[in-house]
Amino acid sequence: MTAPAAAVENEQRDSAVFDVERLRACFPILEREVRGHRLVYLDNAASAQRPEVVIDAVSDCYRTYYANAHRGVHALSEQSTDAYEAARAKVARFIGAPDSHEVVFTRGTTESLNLVAQSYGRRHLEPGDEVLLTEMEHHSNIVPWQLVCEQTGARVLAAPITDDGELDLDRFAGMLNERTRVVALAHVSNALGTVNDIPAVVELTRARSDAAVVVDGAQAVPHMAVDVAALGCDFYAFSGHKMYGPGGIGVLWGRRELLAAMPPYHGGGSMITRVTFERSEYMAPPQRFEAGTPAIAPAIGLGVAVEFLESTGLDPIERHEQELLSHTMEVLNDLPWVRVPGHASNAGSARAAVVSLVIDGAHPHDVATILDEQGIAIRAGHHCAQPLMDRLGVPATVRASFGLYNTHEEVDLLVSGLHEVRRIFG
Amino acid sequence: MSDLRDLYQQVILDHYRSPRNFGVLDPATACAEGHNPLCGDKIKIYLRMDGDRVDGATFEGVGCAISTASASLMTEAVRGLERPQADALIASFLALMTGDGNGAAAVDLGKLEVLSGVKDYPVRIKCATLAWHALRAALEGGDSEAVTTE
Ligand SMILES: Cc1ncc(COP(=O)(O)O)c(C=O)c1O
Repeated sequence: MTAPAAAVENEQRDSAVFDVERLRACFPILEREVRGHRLVYLDNAASAQRPEVVIDAVSDCYRTYYANAHRGVHALSEQSTDAYEAARAKVARFIGAPDSHEVVFTRGTTESLNLVAQSYGRRHLEPGDEVLLTEMEHHSNIVPWQLVCEQTGARVLAAPITDDGELDLDRFAGMLNERTRVVALAHVSNALGTVNDIPAVVELTRARSDAAVVVDGAQAVPHMAVDVAALGCDFYAFSGHKMYGPGGIGVLWGRRELLAAMPPYHGGGSMITRVTFERSEYMAPPQRFEAGTPAIAPAIGLGVAVEFLESTGLDPIERHEQELLSHTMEVLNDLPWVRVPGHASNAGSARAAVVSLVIDGAHPHDVATILDEQGIAIRAGHHCAQPLMDRLGVPATVRASFGLYNTHEEVDLLVSGLHEVRRIFG
Repeated sequence: MSDLRDLYQQVILDHYRSPRNFGVLDPATACAEGHNPLCGDKIKIYLRMDGDRVDGATFEGVGCAISTASASLMTEAVRGLERPQADALIASFLALMTGDGNGAAAVDLGKLEVLSGVKDYPVRIKCATLAWHALRAALEGGDSEAVTTE
């Protein structure tokens, strides 16, 4: 076989693996028009859209077999329970969890992090203890720790980032000590796209403290293959709605022995073995942490979203999104009136396809309105990361965040939208 | 794009680029802060009252074109008004934004009419009204302590 023929074959194989137009056709909402333009959806970090298979799975559950899970001996309850537990097994396999009992269904990343802060943190934190975060955290990985610190007398510290938007690992290491009980950080920053080196963080943490490492994976799971065993962390949290799944469902993965030693987060039905007015006995994880009737259909939909991601392939998805990111950075580099704070121009660092930018003389809010007029959905604001905005010295940014269905053409539409902003604001 | 032209009229862009009455008013008799939690924008209004008359008004803060221009135009419009006139101006402006015809005719809004395009952009109405809510709070006895200590 000659070399060019091999190249062509490779190309064909790649396009067979990742055909963006075919994928777009799986997402009904992408056909929609907004203000007379075809929707250009670049707000995936806030919430992604769902493929038809996920919508159908949720609808099929309600149409054909829905009943409460774990609470009936009748046929529908059995079928719902089976589907709910099958979804748990799919999620476990998807993130490389050794055991599906380590997968707790929650309402989302926020609830997952609050669960860890209360059930793990409250047990392990004492006055003077430290919870070490980073400057790039989402509010949902800050406020739960502040709450538990108020309750326990521990304190929250934040490891600094560099001007390039990277976690400063040396200074992070310098802040670890025997009082550090929890290290909590994002796998991928929702505002900057920075991919933190979790194995390195875990190694530094283990060498200097007994702290549990809690990873906020909300922005990682949709964009790259995640293997919690390989990461080496203790807890990993994420949301269904950011990974093409339904809203109202999320996951907390935790090491089996840690979960087993934790008290419940909420009390109620489905989490006890026996209740008297004197005391109650709790079920083993994960049921211990799933009090009340869970989001059954959304959990089933999440299982289907996981299958959709797996069949598309996380590696091809990552490759495609990285191409979109390079394309975006290249074109933005040519616009002297656009700045991308916290994004090193000398690449090399790992970034997910999230770009936070500011335009000279135009507030992000106005940029969002002008882009919206052209059917382009981006997010303007502080992205629930006010400490990060303070660190970067900007009140807000315009954030374009890509998903597997975005195209190079959409990057170009974004850029022409930015030119329109420039024309108005001059 | 004609709609955007209505929204971002030259007067608005001009007040955004060169806001009038921008900065701390010293001495001031009242101040109040407005906060838009959606975007994190904050605006602080300073007032100097001479009896019942607004002797001076300034503002501070970082905001979008709409909130900055609205605050800038507002400080111009409110200056020299007696309290009842100022209250009526606020009511009329808020009515203009919410498209509520009842309060609208009460006061001639003059230059402030350039902001009428905002009502076609519902998510931006809060930007335009931010300063006005703060003004109302300041008139209703904002914290003069906070001002004097600054
Ligand atoms: C990095 C990160 N952490 C946590 C969250 C909170 O997720 P949720 O709102 O789904 O609970 C988000 C998204 O809002 C996020 O981007």
